[in-house]
Amino acid sequence: MSAWAIRHISTAVAALGRLSRQPFASLMTVLVIGVTLALPAAMHLVVKNAQIISASWDNALDFSVYLRTDVTLEDAQRLVDIVGQRADIESVTLISAADALEEFREQSGFGEALDHLSVNPLPHTLVVRPGAANTEISIGLLNEELGNLPEADFVQVDTEWVRRFHAILNILERAIAIGTTLLAAAIIVIIGNTIRLDIQNRREEIEVTKLIGASNAFVRRPFLYIGVWYGLGGGLLALALVGYGLYALEEPVLRLSGLYSSPFVAVTLDLKESLIIAGSGVTLGLVGSWLAAARHMRRIEPR
Amino acid sequence: MIRIENVCKRYPGGHDALNGLSLHVEKGEMVFVTGHSGAGKSTLLRLIALIDRPTSGHVIVDGQDTRRVTRRKIPAYRRQIGMVFQDHKLLYDRPVFDNVALPLVIAGLTHREAGRKVRAALDQVSLLSKEKQSPETLSSGEQQRVGIARAIVSRPKVLIADEPTGNLDPDLSLEVMRIFRRFNEVGVTLLIASHDIALIDQLGCRRIALADGSLAVEKEEDPVAEYVERLEAENMRDTWQP
Repeated sequence: MSAWAIRHISTAVAALGRLSRQPFASLMTVLVIGVTLALPAAMHLVVKNAQIISASWDNALDFSVYLRTDVTLEDAQRLVDIVGQRADIESVTLISAADALEEFREQSGFGEALDHLSVNPLPHTLVVRPGAANTEISIGLLNEELGNLPEADFVQVDTEWVRRFHAILNILERAIAIGTTLLAAAIIVIIGNTIRLDIQNRREEIEVTKLIGASNAFVRRPFLYIGVWYGLGGGLLALALVGYGLYALEEPVLRLSGLYSSPFVAVTLDLKESLIIAGSGVTLGLVGSWLAAARHMRRIEPR
Repeated sequence: MIRIENVCKRYPGGHDALNGLSLHVEKGEMVFVTGHSGAGKSTLLRLIALIDRPTSGHVIVDGQDTRRVTRRKIPAYRRQIGMVFQDHKLLYDRPVFDNVALPLVIAGLTHREAGRKVRAALDQVSLLSKEKQSPETLSSGEQQRVGIARAIVSRPKVLIADEPTGNLDPDLSLEVMRIFRRFNEVGVTLLIASHDIALIDQLGCRRIALADGSLAVEKEEDPVAEYVERLEAENMRDTWQP
């Protein structure tokens, strides 16, 4: 191992040792950073899970095309074939008026009342499932085109709210990004301030070290490592907090998805996301301590 | 080795600490700077250590004009000079060994590489057995010797000391001076500020007296001349006696 590496490792270890000599104060700082990092991480996880749930709804974005009542079953059948040939449509199924009435009779409980009807008031209906390659715009065009069919009475997009939900998630994501930026700035300030106090407390030591020939980089190094440790500690704590939060939520989530007979299980942070959180802790720690050291170290000169 | 050329130092507020001082310390010399407090001893050492810069004139150490040493190069410059302070300036949060090793660590050595040199330096000040202790547990004289070990551990050619015996009793002072003397014998150039004239005379080194920021008298150690001087002074006192 090179002398350079040994020097850095020993500085890092010494910085850790210094922190462990004031366990309470160090822990408080780590706690503040950990909670501040856990906040956006948890929010991110909520959005991520919501996206996973709503992704399964995406496939259910079906159009119900109610045909005019004067369209015969044969015409409807022909229309199914024609519409089904379109490239942007995955499948078309026909629910005939008779089937629809039968289903309605079974599900509504109006069975006997319906028997008194002389004619079936229900139209034939096409259930159109668009292909997966469709975009928001092409879905809109498809909606319009289906509505313009001469046989169509009106088109209903049953799952319009899924798109609204997606839009809300997008806003939420953006809001989290903004919030994360502010919290990152807060962490830099917290670490910077802690390091500034530390520099002031060790003013005499810095003076003596400079007096016997230490460069700014040499006196700065231990403080940078302290910042890195704070950040790393905070990052790991944030991961632990998020992990514990998920663990606490696991049972109620399972119960809920059981009620919906859904196989949904809340996803946790993957390796990449965990590394990003720990890494941003370290980066913010380094930036915060660097700013504090650059600002205050220069002014401390031997007298 | 140390050449001071027509140096003036005016502090903010208009106080002139040095006033056109010129002096020269040869390579391998051990020279004392004496004078009352405020005569400019400390200022002179501060200029050599580049804690301050002269208002005018040149301070040249080992051929290097301090005017040419930029802010960035000050650390490297200071590493060439050993410094001993009246208040030791030790770091009390770490053991003696780490204190003495500090200049080597700053210069980029690892603790292990520094070990041999640190022990050699501690041996020279007879503190080898105390390397693991905290400086706080040592007496003032021992602390000063730790300070000296730190100043010489990287084998500087020049060593400057500001009142190194200021807080020590006469026995300890003499011991510290003997240590300096030994370094001088192996070729280190020393410039020591002190007001302990009796002690200096015991050592028989060149003495530069400062008064009000310039040279008062520069005299070679000459016991005979001094004896005559003292006799004359006594005679005069006698004659003036009523």
